[in-house]
Amino acid sequence: MKPFDYFSPKTLAEASEVLSRYNGDAKMIAGGTDLLLKMKAGRLAPKAIVNIKRLAELRGITQLPITNNLSIGALTTLEEIKRSPLIHQHYSALASAAATMASVQIRNLATVGGNMCNAAPSADLAPILIALNAVAVINGVKGERRVALEEFFTGPGKSVLGVGELLVSVEVPKQEGKSIYIKHSPREHMDIAVVGVGVAYRGFNPLAQQAADVRIVLGAVAPTPLRAKKAEEEVMSGSLTKERIERAAKIAAEESKPIDDVRGSVWYRRKMVEVLVRRGLLGLVNSN
Amino acid sequence: MVKKFHLTLNVNGEQKELLIDPRRSLLDVLRNDLELRGAHRGCDSGDCGACTVILNGKAITSCMTLAADCDGDSVITVEGITPADGLHPVQKSLVEDGGIQCGFCTTGMVMAAIALLDSIPHPTEEDVREGLAGNLCRCTGYKKIVEAVMNVERK
Repeated sequence: MKPFDYFSPKTLAEASEVLSRYNGDAKMIAGGTDLLLKMKAGRLAPKAIVNIKRLAELRGITQLPITNNLSIGALTTLEEIKRSPLIHQHYSALASAAATMASVQIRNLATVGGNMCNAAPSADLAPILIALNAVAVINGVKGERRVALEEFFTGPGKSVLGVGELLVSVEVPKQEGKSIYIKHSPREHMDIAVVGVGVAYRGFNPLAQQAADVRIVLGAVAPTPLRAKKAEEEVMSGSLTKERIERAAKIAAEESKPIDDVRGSVWYRRKMVEVLVRRGLLGLVNSN
Repeated sequence: MVKKFHLTLNVNGEQKELLIDPRRSLLDVLRNDLELRGAHRGCDSGDCGACTVILNGKAITSCMTLAADCDGDSVITVEGITPADGLHPVQKSLVEDGGIQCGFCTTGMVMAAIALLDSIPHPTEEDVREGLAGNLCRCTGYKKIVEAVMNVERK
């Protein structure tokens, strides 16, 4: 590992200042489970490491007043998401997505902020959080801004975060509908998604058997988490029959843009998108 | 010249003050500065769990943690849970049920199991398998390890 300067700021302003000073050559560390791997392998050699774990502003899972939205601090660990009663009660698909990730030892270190900011196309929390219409709350030297999580990712390993900016929290709107996350990986534990699918809808008309505000988000099959918007339109175009679900699943597979890699081929990934989107939609319909 | 970091760490109940290179992992500092060699260096990438210690009450992989990030924190290693004159109930159960072969993964298994039993005192087999999913045993003695952890409370 190359030498680096080490900082452990106590405030958000101090952290932004250090990050700005290094002008992109500094890396934030929270859980470190992704960063340290890359640094050990020599794939990353930042000039400075900024430990953001001491920033109180980035902590906590809270229900916000007035909106009742859920605010998940960027430092919230995957294990905290998996175990939080508040998340279990209203956003169980998010808890189950966290539960599919890594081991308890890694989940106790890895954070939701890290999962977002590392911007791996396979990040498990991204499809479900985007399906739940989450917003990224970002803070930097110029103050706070809010970006729909859907717009947060710009490429593999890339996000909209500018120099000196930090992800403070992820805010999830109050849930009235249903949601599900399905991950496909060869192993049940300790494995990265070959395909991950998050599906959510806000409303359901039982008479017409029609869902409203449907979101279908695909992980690990494009440079960024991808909304299958045509498939969503198909789902919302009429009653949720088995035929319509089959059609939507096929459309989602066409919308995906996977690559061939060690975990799966393009053909296989597309096929799995179809299977998982169908399963996800059927799962939601059957739970009505 | 790397600027050293002044680290304060509570290890097994004792306060330690160290001057370290900020690049060093918690595992490295435990093993080489504090001579606590119970946590093992297996994969050095967070996959095998041989380096598991309990940091602020939670099981973590100490190889994937910068020691400097743990400033002011408290760490418990396998040395800290082993009584001077015997074994911790989890260790005893592993010995009695044949949950030990070469022993390399054992200390990590013990720490992961203790953290698991701390949060779920009466685990199901699935709980145990899930709780130990991050600990690899290359002797592949998983069945007996899981049984031993299941049996801890009954002994």
